[in-house]
Amino acid sequence: MTVISDRVPAGSAPAQGKKPRSQHLGLIRYLVIRFLLIIPTMFILISMVFFLMRITGDPISAALGGRLPPEQLADRIHAAGYDRPVLIQYFDYLGNILRGDFGTTLSDNRPVTEILAQYGTATLELVIYALIVAFIIGVPFGMIAAYKRDRLSDAFLRLFAILCYATPVFFAGLLLKLIFSVWLGWFPVSGRTDYLAELSGLRNPTGLYLLDALRAGNMTIALDVLKHAVLPAIALGLLIGGVFLRLVRTNLIGTLGSDFVEAGRSRGVSEYRLVTKHAYKPALIPIVTVMGLQIALTLGGAILTETTFGWKGLGFMLAEYLTARDFVAVQGIVMLIAVIVALTNFLVDVIAALIDPRVRY
Amino acid sequence: MDTTTSTSAQKSARQPRWTRLPIISHLRKSVGLQRTMLVIGLILSGALVLTAIFAPLIAPYGYAQASADGTSFGAQMAPNAAHIWGTTVGGYDVFSRVIWGAQTATLVIILGVLMSVFAGVILGLVSGYLGGWVDRLLVVIADAIYAFPALLLAIVMSIVISGGQSNLFGGIMAAAISITVVFIPQYFRVARAETIRLKAEPFVESAKVIGTSNLRIISRHVFPNATRTMPLIFTLNAAESILTLAGLGFLGFGIEPSSAAEWGYDLNKALADATSGIWWTGLFPGLAIVLTVLGLTLVGESMNDLNDPRLRGRRRAGRKKRGGPNVPASAYVNGTGLEVTK
Repeated sequence: MTVISDRVPAGSAPAQGKKPRSQHLGLIRYLVIRFLLIIPTMFILISMVFFLMRITGDPISAALGGRLPPEQLADRIHAAGYDRPVLIQYFDYLGNILRGDFGTTLSDNRPVTEILAQYGTATLELVIYALIVAFIIGVPFGMIAAYKRDRLSDAFLRLFAILCYATPVFFAGLLLKLIFSVWLGWFPVSGRTDYLAELSGLRNPTGLYLLDALRAGNMTIALDVLKHAVLPAIALGLLIGGVFLRLVRTNLIGTLGSDFVEAGRSRGVSEYRLVTKHAYKPALIPIVTVMGLQIALTLGGAILTETTFGWKGLGFMLAEYLTARDFVAVQGIVMLIAVIVALTNFLVDVIAALIDPRVRY
Repeated sequence: MDTTTSTSAQKSARQPRWTRLPIISHLRKSVGLQRTMLVIGLILSGALVLTAIFAPLIAPYGYAQASADGTSFGAQMAPNAAHIWGTTVGGYDVFSRVIWGAQTATLVIILGVLMSVFAGVILGLVSGYLGGWVDRLLVVIADAIYAFPALLLAIVMSIVISGGQSNLFGGIMAAAISITVVFIPQYFRVARAETIRLKAEPFVESAKVIGTSNLRIISRHVFPNATRTMPLIFTLNAAESILTLAGLGFLGFGIEPSSAAEWGYDLNKALADATSGIWWTGLFPGLAIVLTVLGLTLVGESMNDLNDPRLRGRRRAGRKKRGGPNVPASAYVNGTGLEVTK
C-alpha cells in the first residue's frame, strides 16, 4: 500500500480532513491503486522466475550440453551473452520485456512472442469451451445441492464435486478418450481439427477455429472443430465445474438462511424463484470473485488437458519445450501466464468493486 | 474467532486431553453424513499410509523389475494370473508399480507439507509479529506466488532443483521442494493473520510488560495459539501435493521409473496405450491418485465444515447443542435456517 499512496495524493489527502467529495472518486482511486499493485506483483514474478531459471546455469548448456563440443558450446553461449554477469543479463531481460521481446527459442529459433500469439488463441478457445461446461455443471447443481442441503442428493453432488477435483485432468482425459473415442468411436482421439489446411488457408484467421469455420460459412469444418473440442472441454470443464459447484453451494447456503428469503417465502414466492433469484443474486459477488481467482487452476489444468489431447495450445507447447529443455521458451510462456493471471485478478476485483460498493476502501 | 478459543478452553476443563486432538475432536462433533464423509476419508488416507509402509510385503515385484527368474514379463500384457493388473509398455508389473507409488506419494506429502509448514509458519509468525517493511515485502511476495499457477511454479522449481531428471532421493526432494514453495504462502498468510490478531491480546501484552524476549513470546505465547487452522490446510495441501506430483510426472518432470514408482509418470506412458485400447496401464495408477486425493480431501472438507458453525450439520432436536454461550446467535440461525423450513 505504501508503494502506492504517494502516487495518488488526490484521493488520499482529503480523507484526512474533509470527507471524499463523491462516490466516484473513491471508486476511481481504488481502481488506480489496484491497477498499480499489479506492477510489483508482475515484477516479483518476473524476477523470481528469471533468477530461479538462471541458478541452474545458462539455457544453451541445458538445451545442447553434451551434444556439442565444448568450444562450440562456449561460442554459442558467448554469442547469446549468457557469459555476462547475471545482473546485467537481468536488466537486459527486463528492458527486453518492456519492449515486448520475450527472447528467441533455442530449439526452433522463433521469437517467443510469435509462439504466444499463435498458440495462445488455441488455449483461449479451450478455456472458453471448458468454462461453458463448468457453468452448465456448476451453477444449477450447486443450487440443487444448497437447496437440498444435508440430504442424499446434496451428499451425492458434493461427492461428485470432490471427485471432479480429485481426478487429475489427464486421468479424466484418458478415461474419456478410452471410452468415447477408442471404444465407442464417437469423438476423435486428439487434435483440434481434421481440416487444418482449409482453416490455415483463410484470410485473417482469428485462430479460434470455430469462429474461423463459421466465418468461412463451412458447417462441415465447424462441426468437426466442435467434435474435437467435446472431450477436452469436458475433461477441463469437470475440474473447474466441481469448484464452481462447491462455490455456489456454500454461498447459497449462506443467503438461503437470510431473513429476506424467509420474507419472500412468507409472501408466497415460489421455491424455484427463491433459490434462483432471491438467494442467488446476493451470493453472486463472492461467487464471481472466487470464480475469477480460479484462472490459475484453469490455466494449470489447460496445460495438462492440452498435453493429453494433443491440443496445440500454449500448454502443449510448454510440455514440448520442457522435453526439449528449451528454457527460453519455457520462461516466456511462464511469464505470459503470469501476466494473464495478474490481469484477470485485477479484472475480477474491478467487477467486484463495481457490483458491491462495500469492496472499495 | 475469539468464541472458538473460549469454548475450546471451556471444553478442555471437562474433557480428557486426547479428545481435543484435531481429527478426534472433529470426529466427535460430527453427525450423520458429515461423519460418514469424514470416516470414509480417514479410511482412504489410512489405506494409503498402510500401503506405503507395507509396500515391500504387498507388491509381488519391484517397481523397476521387468523380469522374474530370467524371463521377461513382456510389454503391455493384459491382466493375467502372474500380473493381476497387467504389465506396462516398459514391461513392468502394473500392480507392483501402483503399490510402490503409494510410498513415493506418502514421502512427497510428508516432506513437502512438513517443509512448507515449517517455513511458512516461521515466516508468518516473524512477519506478523515484527511488522514493518519486512512484513509488507513478504506479503507482496507471498501474494504474487499465491496467484501463480501451482503447476508452473513446481515446473520451474523442479528445473532449478534437478534439471528435470533425477534419482529416487533427488526426485522426491525435487518434487517435495517444488510443492513446498507452492504452499508456503498459504501457511504464511494464516500464521501471519493469527499472529497479528494475537499480538493485541492481553496475554501477549502482559508478557511484554514483564520483559519477556520477542523470541519467547513468539514461541511460547503466539505460536501455540496461531496454529488452530493448520490441520485443515495441511490436509487439503496434502491432497493438492499429490496432484502436483502427478502433474509433474505426467509432463515428464517427475521421478525416473528406474528410481521409484510414480503414478503421474505411469499415466503419461499410458496415454499412448489408451489410443490403442489398452486400459489397464492407465486405469489403476489413475484410480490410485483419485482415491488418495479423495480421501485426503474428504478429511479436509469435513474438518472445514466442522470448524465453521454455519456449515456444521446438527443433531436433530432433543439433543443438547454444543458450543458455549458465546457463539453468536446468528451462527445458529444461519445453520438451522434450512432445517426449520424443511
